[in-house]
Amino acid sequence: MTQANTPSSPQSAYFIDDHSEDAIVRRTLAAIVDNEPGVLARVVGLFSARGYNIESLTVAEVDNKAHQSRITIVTSGTVQIIAQIKAQLERLVPVARVVDITTSPAGLERELALIKVSAATGSDERVEAMRLSEIFRARVLDVTLESFIFEVTGGSSKIDQFIELMEPLGLIQVSRTGVLSIQRGLPE
Amino acid sequence: MDTQEKIADTDLTMTGAEIVVRALCDQGVDTLFGYPGGAVLPIYDALFTTPELHHILVRHEQGAGHAAEGYARSTGQPGVALVTSGPGATNMVTPIADAMMDSIPMVVITGQVPSHLIGTDAFQECDTVGITRCCAKHNYLVRDVNDLARIMHEAFLIATTGRPGPVVIDIPKDIQFSKGIYKGPEGTQHKTYHPASEPHEAGIEAALELMRNARRPIFYTGGGIINSGTEASAALRALVSETNFPITSTLMGLGCYPASGSNWLGMVGMHGAYEANHAMHDCDVMICLGARFDDRVTGRLDAFSPNSKKIHVDIDPSSINKTVRVDVPIIADAGKAINALLDGWRREQHPRNDLSEWWTQINEWRDRKGFSYEKQEEQIKPQYAIERLYELTKNRDTYITTEVGQHQMWAAQHYHFEEPNRWMTSGGLGTMGYGLPAALGVQAAHKDALVIDIAGEASIQMCMQELSTAVQFNLPIKIFILNNEWMGMVRQWQQLLHGERYSHSYSDSLPDFVALAKAYGGHGIQCRNPADLDAAIEEMIAYDGPVLFDCLVTKDENCFPMIPSGAAHNEMILGEITGDEIDESGKVLV
Ligand SMILES: Cc1ncc(C[n+]2csc(CCOP(=O)(O)OP(=O)(O)O)c2C)c(N)n1
Ligand SMILES: [Mg+2]
Repeated sequence: MTQANTPSSPQSAYFIDDHSEDAIVRRTLAAIVDNEPGVLARVVGLFSARGYNIESLTVAEVDNKAHQSRITIVTSGTVQIIAQIKAQLERLVPVARVVDITTSPAGLERELALIKVSAATGSDERVEAMRLSEIFRARVLDVTLESFIFEVTGGSSKIDQFIELMEPLGLIQVSRTGVLSIQRGLPE
Repeated sequence: MDTQEKIADTDLTMTGAEIVVRALCDQGVDTLFGYPGGAVLPIYDALFTTPELHHILVRHEQGAGHAAEGYARSTGQPGVALVTSGPGATNMVTPIADAMMDSIPMVVITGQVPSHLIGTDAFQECDTVGITRCCAKHNYLVRDVNDLARIMHEAFLIATTGRPGPVVIDIPKDIQFSKGIYKGPEGTQHKTYHPASEPHEAGIEAALELMRNARRPIFYTGGGIINSGTEASAALRALVSETNFPITSTLMGLGCYPASGSNWLGMVGMHGAYEANHAMHDCDVMICLGARFDDRVTGRLDAFSPNSKKIHVDIDPSSINKTVRVDVPIIADAGKAINALLDGWRREQHPRNDLSEWWTQINEWRDRKGFSYEKQEEQIKPQYAIERLYELTKNRDTYITTEVGQHQMWAAQHYHFEEPNRWMTSGGLGTMGYGLPAALGVQAAHKDALVIDIAGEASIQMCMQELSTAVQFNLPIKIFILNNEWMGMVRQWQQLLHGERYSHSYSDSLPDFVALAKAYGGHGIQCRNPADLDAAIEEMIAYDGPVLFDCLVTKDENCFPMIPSGAAHNEMILGEITGDEIDESGKVLV
């Protein structure tokens, strides 16, 4: 880092906020890529080769006519590193574009989790788990005499919170999709 | 379908191997470098009947890759290499990584085991696209012969546009045999790859504003200008002359501005010119054109040019703000940006910046004569050898390649380049063994030129076998070895950083290079006396064929000046140092 403390010029695509240079931020990035063999390996390989973080990653084809997939990646780093990640991703030949969902006002994020809780019939825990699941609008996917499986969707923090509440009640297992993203409104 | 169309259709139906060869011809390729093997035999069969495609048979696949790089760097055209599967492909990995680091356009065709055997650990199978994914700009595994023509043309497009680089096409043997439709290169486009190359007007305006108000400006130029083409160098020269700003360049950019030009400060960086590094440190406006703030250039990052506003022109957006924060980023082809700056500078009538104080300061630094060294009568100093080589070859049509080590740095310091594309060196990857095969590639493209590989006695042994290629194809390259009997650059670091413990850096059991040259069918010369040097160099130049020149130089010379690892530009040291200059944190750096 140099000492030059003037902000990047406004036309810079890589504007860096001066105040938070070293703070670690969490970002959700969506990459629209050609759905061709090896494209996921390129993206994942880039993260490991350059020492970037992946907290979660989801991928699926989203446009089968254009053969395009959407990869949503949750990552963390300084603002400068996030800008690098975005630029490095865009440098990959089959990557059409990368959107920062977290900083985009139109960005929406959702995650789905399946959560298994042990709760014997008649126990207080079973009643409490059911009550909380209603508050979180979780669906009951499966019930046995000893357990529930809940399906809950929402932002990652909502899911974290639900898991935290289930912990003392008898949390057994968690399966999460990772974050999905989309932008509201019509595409520009 | 009428008959005419049918005939046209059958014309364009050919085997995969024929598609490869036809695509190469249609791309204007006249020379390729390769080595055959089971998985590329159909392509070699197609080459057998295509004499207009000149194939240079190397002795090791690494040689083919570096030769293709040398060809590319000296012509501005993409280099092409062809190798077999498995070991052929893995031997190619070093040149691919080298071309990636130095942004050299190259298309590499590798054979692969037949499609149905992929994944079975078949004979000579390796995951070529997996292995090269992280060191190539892009790669393909061809799955359908009808995709092959498109992929071939796309590969050339990707290799040569945007930030250039190597593209690998892995072709299973069954695809080479099967028949498909050929399509020509016309209108080749990639679905998603569209690199920008036009500069943003606002960026150019912001840059001009900084330039107009600069009191201590400097142009910091790099290999991007060479990649942009000779017009970019021409525009740069005009811009320098109209602004009267001083100019430096990275190792990769040497030649984009003439070393004889009055604004030239010499190379920047770890072993760069004293005046260039000091000017970089003290400048108030830095105009970086086609360079990437490499660690060999910046030295200690937090002390890098602390008081300057930085303009950065780069065609690769990921180069911007990667290590050094810049004030005005311009994502563009270097040549287009330079022309836009030149237009803007000319359009605006303004009094010329008063740079007299700045030039006075620069001339003081120049007076330190950072590249001077102690002359000797009895032994040849390596710097002296380069100086004489320069004097005796500068008026010829000369191209220089190098290996990696002290000799490379002395070549960069003491050989002076007037034109772009004349200097081929492995900068980013620092690959020993690059220079000899690169020289083959240069010579193949410039038959009548004088092509010299400035080498070290250790590096040259890494691709020595390519001397045989030079003999076979009448490529009269000259290999000028600065033989100091040491891996000099390693020895220097061990002296400065590891208490003079010279662990495994002595070049023991060296071959008799003169006899070796003879054994290969070339000509060998040895010289140990400064008084004989000129005549020996003349003999080398006059010899019509490959020459191995064993120049015995002083053994313990260190390469100076030097920015010690972990130090700033203005902490550059000129002469012998004790080791105290480098602290513990500097020692872990390479
Ligand atoms: C393939 C490869 N292996 C190792 C190195 C590390 N290395 C850098 S310079 C050098 C010594 C080069 O010795 P020589 O060719 O004799 O050149 P000199 O420095 O003596 O001029 C070595 C081993 C390298 N750059 N490349
Ligand atoms: Mg040596």
